[in-house]
Amino acid sequence: MTQEHIVIIGNGIAGVTAARHIRKLSDKKVTIISSESEYFFSRTALMYVYMGHMKWQHLKPYEDHFWRKNNFNLVQDHVIDIFPEQHQIELRSKRKIHFDQLIIATGSKPNKFGWPGENANGVQGLYSKQDLELLEKNAPDNKTCRRAVIVGGGLIGVELAEMLHTRKIPVTFLVRESNFWNNVLPDEEAKMLNKHIKSHGIDLRLNTNLEKILVDENNRVYAVKVKESDEIINCDLVGLTAGVSPNIEFVKDSKIETNRGILVNRYLQTNYKHIYAIGDCAEQRENIGYRKPIEAVWYTGRMMGETVAQTICGKPMHYNPGHWFNSAKFFDIEYQTYGWVFNQPKEGHEHFFWKHPEKDICIHINYEKRSRKFIGFNTFGIRMRHVFFNQCLDASATVDDVVKHLHLANFDPELYKTYEKSIQQAFKTQQI
Amino acid sequence: MSTSANISATASADNLNAQQKIALFIGFSGLFILVLAVFKIVVVNQLVALLSSLIFISIGIIWYAKSTYKGQSPGVKNNFIYVSNLTNRGFWAYLLGLSLTGFYIILYFYPEILGLVKNGQNTRLIALFDPLSRVLSGNPASQWFVYGTLYTIAILTFGIKALLKYRHNSYQKVRTLSVIFFQLSFAFIIPELMARLNTNNFSLPYYDLKNIWPLNYYNFEQYRVDQFINAGSIGLALLIFGIISIFIITPILTFKYGKRWYCSWVCGCGGLAETAGDSFRHLSNKSINAWRFERWLIHLVTVFITLATIAVVYSYLGDDSSKYWLTRSTFLIAVMSILSLVFALIMIFKRNALQKDAIYAAIAFFIIIGSLISMHFIDGYQQQLFLFEAETLRSSYGFLIGSIFSGVIGTGFYPIFGNRVWCRFGCPMAAILGLQQRLFSKFRITTNGGQCISCGNCSTYCEMGIDVRAYAQKGENIVRSSCVGCGICANVCPRGVLKLENDNLDHRINSEDILLGNDVDLKDFLKKS
Ligand SMILES: Cc1cc2nc3c(=O)[nH]c(=O)nc-3n(C[C@H](O)[C@H](O)[C@H](O)COP(=O)(O)OP(=O)(O)OC[C@H]3O[C@@H](n4cnc5c(N)ncnc54)[C@H](O)[C@@H]3O)c2cc1C
Ligand code: SF4
Ligand code: SF4
Repeated sequence: MTQEHIVIIGNGIAGVTAARHIRKLSDKKVTIISSESEYFFSRTALMYVYMGHMKWQHLKPYEDHFWRKNNFNLVQDHVIDIFPEQHQIELRSKRKIHFDQLIIATGSKPNKFGWPGENANGVQGLYSKQDLELLEKNAPDNKTCRRAVIVGGGLIGVELAEMLHTRKIPVTFLVRESNFWNNVLPDEEAKMLNKHIKSHGIDLRLNTNLEKILVDENNRVYAVKVKESDEIINCDLVGLTAGVSPNIEFVKDSKIETNRGILVNRYLQTNYKHIYAIGDCAEQRENIGYRKPIEAVWYTGRMMGETVAQTICGKPMHYNPGHWFNSAKFFDIEYQTYGWVFNQPKEGHEHFFWKHPEKDICIHINYEKRSRKFIGFNTFGIRMRHVFFNQCLDASATVDDVVKHLHLANFDPELYKTYEKSIQQAFKTQQI
Repeated sequence: MSTSANISATASADNLNAQQKIALFIGFSGLFILVLAVFKIVVVNQLVALLSSLIFISIGIIWYAKSTYKGQSPGVKNNFIYVSNLTNRGFWAYLLGLSLTGFYIILYFYPEILGLVKNGQNTRLIALFDPLSRVLSGNPASQWFVYGTLYTIAILTFGIKALLKYRHNSYQKVRTLSVIFFQLSFAFIIPELMARLNTNNFSLPYYDLKNIWPLNYYNFEQYRVDQFINAGSIGLALLIFGIISIFIITPILTFKYGKRWYCSWVCGCGGLAETAGDSFRHLSNKSINAWRFERWLIHLVTVFITLATIAVVYSYLGDDSSKYWLTRSTFLIAVMSILSLVFALIMIFKRNALQKDAIYAAIAFFIIIGSLISMHFIDGYQQQLFLFEAETLRSSYGFLIGSIFSGVIGTGFYPIFGNRVWCRFGCPMAAILGLQQRLFSKFRITTNGGQCISCGNCSTYCEMGIDVRAYAQKGENIVRSSCVGCGICANVCPRGVLKLENDNLDHRINSEDILLGNDVDLKDFLKKS
């Protein structure tokens, strides 16, 4: 019998994790196809190349010989069509590849909302290696790019702002929300971030929407028009960072069922038994807890990869992610979250917030009012231990337990100032 | 190919602001005074020339640092490190490397160029330092005094730069203050003051107390041991201190804190690397091949210095039995017992923590040292323990390792291979501490569950070339013998994944297939299967 052939489309964290775990569990033939880059790289670190902290080679988590050594077949090409019944995919080079099982892990693409001028030169997102190279052309310095406008206040937007700031390019940051990222964060944190972002000289405009992008005769952006004020802002670059959506254009012609993403069941299986979808491009048919059906984060891709490998290697396994966690960095402020803290307390939930009187350090705890059960924790400027909160959530600990044992959660470097005492003090005061 | 090209190549990092330019000018004027002195051009009084030179250099460096960091908010700002000519192996990096290397070669092998005159009046550069040396020790300067002074100024001024650069990080601040303190006091001032105690019939060897054998490879050579013994109880205390430093103090501190207590808090080589070398830390090679090379080389150096020291001590023990109560046979038996004990403990308790090649190498080294030592007990070989003259072993170690490796290559090549080449590939002290750190220590770098995003900052900025990310992205603690605990990986991590800790011995080395955050059942399932 010949070895089963597993084909993976996409060499991002989802596809590559699946491949690695399949290799751990079996010696199936594994082919990974991607058009973006020859080798897997860390998308989350794109910003550091532009800022000169690292070079491209540092973004690759595995040395180049790793892939051959572990017998992965790498193909750099674009998949243009899938034929589920024939067990075939077609590449841009017209080559066809037969698969026994297929994993689609094609990630996301930046959102565009049909703004006039959104496809002009000098308008771009920040998602891929090609975007990074383009940014290097569009905004090498503040002479070529005298001002940049960023549209959309999410995590990628703030990274782009920091990047451009290192090259002393003035940035205007258009954000739809009333406070930065307060569609996710409670207002207290969001306001702290407003201030922090502005303190770096970023021209942050809240409650502001883009109306259109103004383009010159060479189809190059020269300004944007703001909806609320009709103001015209001259600029040489427009960064579109208003979220991402699944990158599944090429799937739409096939009979694989899609909605916004590729629809999958709890086995991460599409409507075809031998075709799976994981990572940013997958959409859950069934809701999992408070999680969104599409989660465009690194960790989700990794966990799905870990799970799907088990299923493919003959141990069918539900995708059953543990407690939600995430992290990010806003200029100099590190953020971690464990469990759920919603921007508005949900019915029956209560919030406790503490902020350092001067520094940009704060925490936010969400718990059930009646049972006092701990639900989630936001921390800004203090590193905290993932294991600690996982155990608290596993054990359905109360908020009082969590606050009492907060020193066990501290993950800041040694010799750092600690804040548990004043947090505990404030918590006590609030409870009376 | 596009992937190997530097994508951020268009950034212009080397635009200096006005203050930086002035600072550079002042700093280089200070240096220029020293260069002139080498060519016998001293326009003013020597003391004035020396002081103004040292002050200019210091002001230049500190002012430059200040104007660099003043405009930036506190935080990780490694902007343009990989674009700037000096920190990305450009022209200036090679020029600096060449100058440093040249300086070391002159210093070690041609000190007369610097103006050293044995038994006479120094000239040129060294003469410039005579007044300062006289104030401290009462003696004229030597090339080592010149070197020591410049070295101390480098640690001091670049230390201040590190304090500014890492002002958001208390671990870095305290650690930097520590290396400045140990350099200034233990390495520079105290030994000079100790030299003041010397009289015609009392003389202590020049002793930097924190410089421990085998880094201080000459500590047990005959002339020093004689000096210690002749200096009565103070000398004896110092000799005993030298021995317990390596056999008692070092193991205890390393057990509690890992080798960092020495390598990045106390040691002078480490001190220079962490301050003056800080801008070059990312240049260390992270490949698996470099790691392999490192493991062989550093352990060979350690075996080399162990053999050389045994041979040297052996050679003088027989000379004067009235002076040394230790006989050659007891000495060798003691050495063999210690080595066997360490070897047996490792093989019995820690076999599983070692990789195969490490075990083979350990066995081979043990057999080689053992059989060389046993030659003493066979007639006819007594005079030349280890086949070579002790003197040959000693002097070739001093030349190859002490001068060329630690100085010329170790520091001279900072801008090309990074700031810890010596510490990583050559230092026998680091090898011994590292072995213990790997096997018997509470120290580790803990990774924070599933939070790693594989960005690579930690690996890039690890001066020891450890691929930290390879562990972090698997949720595995970092327990590596080479880690000097500088804490920079934790500093640059944008997601708060890494923490240097001294903690429980259980679960120190962990390795899991599935990271925290995924299904608990899947984790359990994989553990069982
Ligand atoms: C700048 C930036 C910063 C981020 N920071 C964070 C962070 O800090 N934390 C976090 O959790 N998440 C972060 N994310 C999100 C995270 O990177 C993504 O969720 C994750 O990379 C998605 O992984 P994936 O494997 O699903 O898809 P991807 O990484 O997008 O990989 C998909 C690959 O498939 C290729 N591909 C697509 N279609 C085809 C085709 N038809 N044929 C061939 N190849 C194809 C794509 O080119 C791509 O290489 C960030 C994203 C960006 C852009
Ligand atoms: S692993 Fe971290 S602490 Fe250890 S040497 Fe490398 S950067 Fe320093
Ligand atoms: S540990 Fe931190 S710095 Fe290292 S790869 Fe992971 S996220 Fe990046």
